Amino acid sequence: MSALSLSNITVTLGETAVLDDITLHVERGEFVSILGPSGAGKSTLFRLLTGALAPDRGTVHLNGAPIVANSRAFAYLPQRDALLPWRRIIDNVTLGLEVQGMPRAEARAKVSPLMPEFGLDGFAHHFPAQLSGGMRQRAALLRTVVQDRPVQLLDEPFGALDALTRMTLQRWLESRWQAARWTTLLITHDVREAVALSDRIYVLSRRPARVIAEFTVTAARPRLGRALPPEAVALEARLLETLLTQTGET
Amino acid sequence: MARTSGPWARRVRHALPALFSVLAALALWEVYVRLSGISPLVLPAPSRVIAQMAANRALLWDNTLPTLTATLLGFSCSLTVAFLFSVLIDFVPRLRRALFPVFVISQTLPLVAIAPLVVLWFGFGLTPKILLVALVTFFPMLIALVDGYDSTEPEIQALLASMGASRARIFRTARLPSALPFFFAGLRISITYAVVAAIFAEYVGARAGLGIVILNAKNSFRPDLMLAAVVISSALTLCLFAATAIVQAFVLRWRTP
Repeated sequence: MSALSLSNITVTLGETAVLDDITLHVERGEFVSILGPSGAGKSTLFRLLTGALAPDRGTVHLNGAPIVANSRAFAYLPQRDALLPWRRIIDNVTLGLEVQGMPRAEARAKVSPLMPEFGLDGFAHHFPAQLSGGMRQRAALLRTVVQDRPVQLLDEPFGALDALTRMTLQRWLESRWQAARWTTLLITHDVREAVALSDRIYVLSRRPARVIAEFTVTAARPRLGRALPPEAVALEARLLETLLTQTGET
Repeated sequence: MARTSGPWARRVRHALPALFSVLAALALWEVYVRLSGISPLVLPAPSRVIAQMAANRALLWDNTLPTLTATLLGFSCSLTVAFLFSVLIDFVPRLRRALFPVFVISQTLPLVAIAPLVVLWFGFGLTPKILLVALVTFFPMLIALVDGYDSTEPEIQALLASMGASRARIFRTARLPSALPFFFAGLRISITYAVVAAIFAEYVGARAGLGIVILNAKNSFRPDLMLAAVVISSALTLCLFAATAIVQAFVLRWRTP
């Protein structure tokens, strides 16, 4: 039974067909990426999963049961960290727990032991503006995982960072994920990131988005910080080629 | 690290050029009055204005308090009502289209014409002053708040929605704090309008207040006393402005770490 499965999802916004018969699944403890050209409808997919949008056709199942509005199935990490600038880091990290109704003291007690692991030791009482981009994104990721939701939704989480910070964070995420095995759905348009982090990769076409390919990444982990094995390099090349057929520029 | 001292010394150094230009303007004025021999009934020298302030300090003090009371009461009423309306409009967007035209029209009414009418309707007491101060400051504050709510980052709202937050919770956790910088910008502008509106309301009809001092001094050809009242009203405005700036620096301390 898949942690998350989408079957024949079709979404039309106004006159525009955005998602066309999308079928995909994520197993428990699996890291799955969705790779697609810009404007393919990736964010529409996320709005669908967070309950902001209903599909015209198709079903979404969570652990075998159909998903209902406000099912609290997903912990969402938006592209930019979306930390509340007026809240201290600790209060940003506990935000999801507070919204769920957990008392503040209890939420802090739950989160505090995780702060060092996320490189935030000693920064609990700083404001977001006092932190670097990489630290802010780590705080945002901690805010995401402490919610204990069945699936983590990461929406291009490193897209707004500089190249060096992005690489550091990808490596760090890989090691955290290997330890915790969160069920994760990552949306990205970075081929290297998808290959480095994923167990499986779905490639979307341009709008209206269909699943045009599915790849399994078999290379041993950790993959970052050392030379990629030849099959992973070959996979990167194939992915890139598949994507480029969709940009209309080849 | 700076070679000398703390933030206060730096602030004084920052204020020096402004202080210098104000003092220079006053010095020029004083010199002009002395050299030209112009009558103090037309243009009194700054030294004479200061002397009159000292001589009439009891009168000026007794008339400053009513002005301050009218300003603060009127502004508080205006803020409270503006806040209530802003929340209402945020939750019921249709109200915005229904109410904004009325508020915009209220801003087009010339104070010179409205003030005597309000005094005619509500007498010489505190009520007409509160109403006039509110009339002048209500709409800017309402706009500041409503625009402030709308400045909330969509990603923050999407995040809170994904956490299962209700509309009211999103308002309290994200939209309200997002409006704070706008609120303070509106506050600093409105507080200066508030003092002017209070003085004008008194000028049109009151028993006491800086507006009355100015009116009486004008009628008895005492420009020195008029200017003394003007200096006090400016000082009052500057104090209120500084007070809002201090509150802002504390409340928005997350902005400039």
